[in-house]
This record gives sequence, structure tokens and C-alpha cells, in this order.
Amino acid sequence: MALIDKYKVLIDTARGSGISDLQVAEQEGVLQIRGTAPNADVKNKLWDIYNQIDPNFLTGDVVMNVDVSTAVAGSQVRVKTENSSLNIRKGPGTDQPILGKAAKDEIITLISRANDQWWLVRTKDGEEGYAYAQYLEPLG
Amino acid sequence: MNLKHALSVILLSGALTVSIISCKPKISDADLKAKVETAIGSNPNVLVDVNEGVVTLSGTVTTEDEKRVLETSAKSADNKAVKSVINDIVIQPIEINTDTADLTAKVADATKDFPSVTATVNDGVITVTGTVEQARIQTLKQSLDALNPKKVDLSGVTVQ
Repeated sequence: MALIDKYKVLIDTARGSGISDLQVAEQEGVLQIRGTAPNADVKNKLWDIYNQIDPNFLTGDVVMNVDVSTAVAGSQVRVKTENSSLNIRKGPGTDQPILGKAAKDEIITLISRANDQWWLVRTKDGEEGYAYAQYLEPLG
Repeated sequence: MNLKHALSVILLSGALTVSIISCKPKISDADLKAKVETAIGSNPNVLVDVNEGVVTLSGTVTTEDEKRVLETSAKSADNKAVKSVINDIVIQPIEINTDTADLTAKVADATKDFPSVTATVNDGVITVTGTVEQARIQTLKQSLDALNPKKVDLSGVTVQ
């Protein structure tokens, strides 16, 4: 079965959810999906659908990189770690020294996006440093 | 009403009638645009413009095939009314990171909080083995997909 058929519900939902710059294409046997969702809910919905079609993502025939448009400088983001606190580091990389921590579910400020993986943030206590973007959920 | 006035009314209505009849089989650019847009399907990245029956397609797609199919669909939207199609669509393949050194460094950051997995990178493909808790497999996959790899192979992962 072609990937666009297997993931039809996912693609249709992406197309109908107001995702900007949406790109969907099969490249070398993998369905590549890129775009910017209007909010974190839409992104989460797409991941739920993907997980329903391919439980635990074990097949490996999709790479979905969907950003959230509300993640802009000055906006508020929620720390969404599993249990632990989120490390705030001096620079963008896990080899960088840890300056402080932000608690799970804490709302912190996104100062700027250093790159797709690392965002410069400010905690409630005014501490500034880099945090791993996957553990930050844009609000709004 | 004087004769001159009456004559001009007759002439005017005659002119109107002629122009209405002659316009009837011709589809307007706006209508043709709508027709072409329907024919090529909803694609927010592709724009349609029509000028005296000449259709211009612009925007971006990810493959050469897609570009060709859109042009064919635009032509067949109305074979009579579409005089020609100018295909200005730009092909913009989806970005993939195949730089092994760069990807390896980013994968190390992404898997730092998953001490029970091992991830290797080869030609843009990230292969992961080990064990991951059910609740965290999505976080791992999202982190790895965000690096724009060619593929993320989790088939060697045991989900607990």
C-alpha cells in the first residue's frame, strides 16, 4: 500500500488543520511531512493520529517535523518533561554547563530560538539559558 | 421623448444585446480561475492566475511529478477556455539532513535523557535500539524527527 494511502487520515487532517507551509512527499520510501501548526493542540492531534496508524512509530516510514507558529520570541512556553526538571544550560548543547532548572509544568518565557533544537529561555526567577525545545510546549 | 433620444435608446439597447450574445460562450478569467483551482485540488502552496485565458501557476511543490501533474490538470480544467499554461512552479524538495557528523551530534542531544537506548546515524538514517517506556516513545520520536533525518528506524526498540 502506498504511504499516502496508509497515512491518508493523517495527511487529510494536516491539510484541514490550517498548517502553513505544509509539505508532504514520499522520499526514498519515507513519507516526509513538514509544516507549521497554528497551535500545540493541532500538532498533538497529528501525533495522536500518527500513533494510531503506526503504534509506537515502529515502522519508520514517516518523518514528521511540525513546528508551532505561536513559538515566537517573547511568548510563554510550558515545560513538558515527564517527571524531572528541565535543564537550563549556558549554551545550545548537552555538553554545555547547567545554569539552573525549570520545574515540570512551569511557564517560562521564550526569548529566542537559537535553532530548531535549542531555545533561549528565561525562568520565573529571571534565570536565562538554553533549553531543549522538545520539552517546551508553546501556549496559545 | 424626441426622435433623437429614442434613436439613441434603440441603438444602445441593440449594442447591449449584441455584446451580451457575443460574450455568452466566453468564460470570464475569474470563472476560469475558479475552474482551474477546482481542477488542481486544494493546495495552499500553489497559486493560480488567469489573464485572457492564459493560466499562470506559481508557488512551490516538492517533486517534479507534482509540478507536471498540476500543469496537466490546469490545462484539462477547460480545454477550450485555457489558451495556454505558464508553469512557474518552483520545486522545493523537503529538507533532509544527511550530514552524518551534524546529525550524530544532534542525535546525542536528543537521546541524552534516554540512557537505555543506543542510536546510530548512517547516511541520514537514525537507527535506535534498546528499551523505551511507553509514555516516552513519542517524545523520542518527535525529538528525532525534528532533526529532519531521512528515516528514523525504531524497529529495534522494545517499548515497555
